[in-house]
Amino acid sequence: MALYRALIELADDHLVLGHRLSEWCGHAPMLEEDLALSNFALDLIGTARSLYAYAAEVEGKGRSEDDLAYLRNEREYLNCLLVERPNGDFAHTMLREFYFAAFMEPFWQAALSSADPVIAGIAGKAVKEMAYHLRHAGEWIVRLGDGTEESAARMQAAVVDLHPYWEELFSGGDCDALPDRAAIQPAWEASVKVVFAEANLDWPEPVYGQNGGRDGMHSEVLGRMLSDMQYLQRALPGATW
Amino acid sequence: MYSQGLIGADSRTEETDEFLAAFQARIDAEEKIEPTDAMPEGYRRTLIRQIGQHAHSEIVGMLPEGNWITRAPSLKRKLALLAKVQDEGGHGLYLYSAAETLGVTREQMTEELHSGKAKYSSIFNYPALSWADMGAIGWLVDGAAIMNQVALCRCSYGPYARAMIRVCAEESFHQRQGYEIMLTLCSGTKEQKEMAQDALNRFWWPALMMFGPHDGDSAHSEQSMKWKIKRFSNDALREKFINATVPQAEFLGLTVPDPDLKWNEEKGSYEHGDIDWDEFWRVVKGDGVMNRERVQMRKDAWENGAWVREAALAHAQKRTAKVAAE
Ligand SMILES: [Fe+2]
Ligand SMILES: [Fe+2]
Ligand SMILES: [Fe+2]
Repeated sequence: MALYRALIELADDHLVLGHRLSEWCGHAPMLEEDLALSNFALDLIGTARSLYAYAAEVEGKGRSEDDLAYLRNEREYLNCLLVERPNGDFAHTMLREFYFAAFMEPFWQAALSSADPVIAGIAGKAVKEMAYHLRHAGEWIVRLGDGTEESAARMQAAVVDLHPYWEELFSGGDCDALPDRAAIQPAWEASVKVVFAEANLDWPEPVYGQNGGRDGMHSEVLGRMLSDMQYLQRALPGATW
Repeated sequence: MYSQGLIGADSRTEETDEFLAAFQARIDAEEKIEPTDAMPEGYRRTLIRQIGQHAHSEIVGMLPEGNWITRAPSLKRKLALLAKVQDEGGHGLYLYSAAETLGVTREQMTEELHSGKAKYSSIFNYPALSWADMGAIGWLVDGAAIMNQVALCRCSYGPYARAMIRVCAEESFHQRQGYEIMLTLCSGTKEQKEMAQDALNRFWWPALMMFGPHDGDSAHSEQSMKWKIKRFSNDALREKFINATVPQAEFLGLTVPDPDLKWNEEKGSYEHGDIDWDEFWRVVKGDGVMNRERVQMRKDAWENGAWVREAALAHAQKRTAKVAAE
């Protein structure tokens, strides 16, 4: 079950973040970013589907990807708290994406050589997507950090607001088929260092890290997201859509 | 959506008779007019208005379906809907670019949308109230859009015609996707089928209104037909749409909400009941249930994003200055 659990953690991270990004659609600062943020969301939710489908297979109880996404409650969701953070302004959204992609890109890179062919297959597609998310989000962080006085202040405020949440990326269930999460930290820190230097951003003093997500201990925002997301499946149980 | 693009168009021209005749000869010879070609001011103004309104329709049109992205009932549907709304944004982009070839900027067009000076298709001022609306909008609204846009693929203005060719392929995919949602609902539970019927009831008449006023009441249609900006009349396109759509509704087992709808054997075409033009004009003029919210949402997105656009500009200038200094 270690594999099942690790797959659910990963899948939940992708679905919750993808869902958050999809909330931007039609409301972005410019049309080009409506398209880019939708692309991010499509990538992430697409990966979540593959991960849920595989988790369901590993579990062997006949559940489907949609059963896993739509019929679990917030205490059963195992995503890290970073990905459920509300979108906030564009600076918050891009920083959240940057932190996530700076983790996932090297994670999938390592997963390419997994002995599990399903994992290696998912990694093959996801690693390219994450490289793009990392680049796009990183470029925005530099633009905003080194843009106007207002954008620099907003960017730095996002850094402070998300500071309690990045560390949880490195925690999660261990299993042989997936890379060790803790081992990704040096690569993540290297990406952050480069972009922060270019964006003139300061790394804040350490704060108490919030990290209950892997135990299903979320903040209040996740339940609201799930009640939106799961509404139809809950309202008409058993219907086909 | 787009015959409505002519409402309020100003196609008066002041050029010499020779110039106008030579231009008309090019149109009659089916030559494409390109951005650097001489063209009557009225032609340019009509196109700017029409393409701009078409672009705005794509962008505002993202909102009703966007309202259901977070509530789509399966992961597959969520991805398909998100991709569809993203396509509409892409259509908006091509169309703004096509309009820019006529000497107007995206910022100007955006301002006109926000001030209410520029219109967009009235259909998007109706609310999307249930999941079935995602089916009905794809099936009927994209379906009606295709009728207009296939005709626009042969529009005399080159950049517009070419944009339409690209867009039409995607719109017909949207139409099929919407119909497939309806089909799934209609073969589902009683509640799902009721949801589908309710969506058809609410979207049928507004979809017919998308083709614009009857030919006799369409003030600028004649000049646009002559210039081959528009190649079929509003009523002809509306009829084509009804003829294509009624059998599809029958196949779903749904009832088209028009008691006067009947097949005319002689014409080989359907005849429909009276369209409520008071409602149409009311919605066009701003008093539909969603007009204010739609425009407000666009304004909010624009205003909340101003600092991002300013930052991008400032950063680009810093970069250029740095390169120049090196
Ligand atoms: Fe479109
Ligand atoms: Fe369209
Ligand atoms: Fe469409």
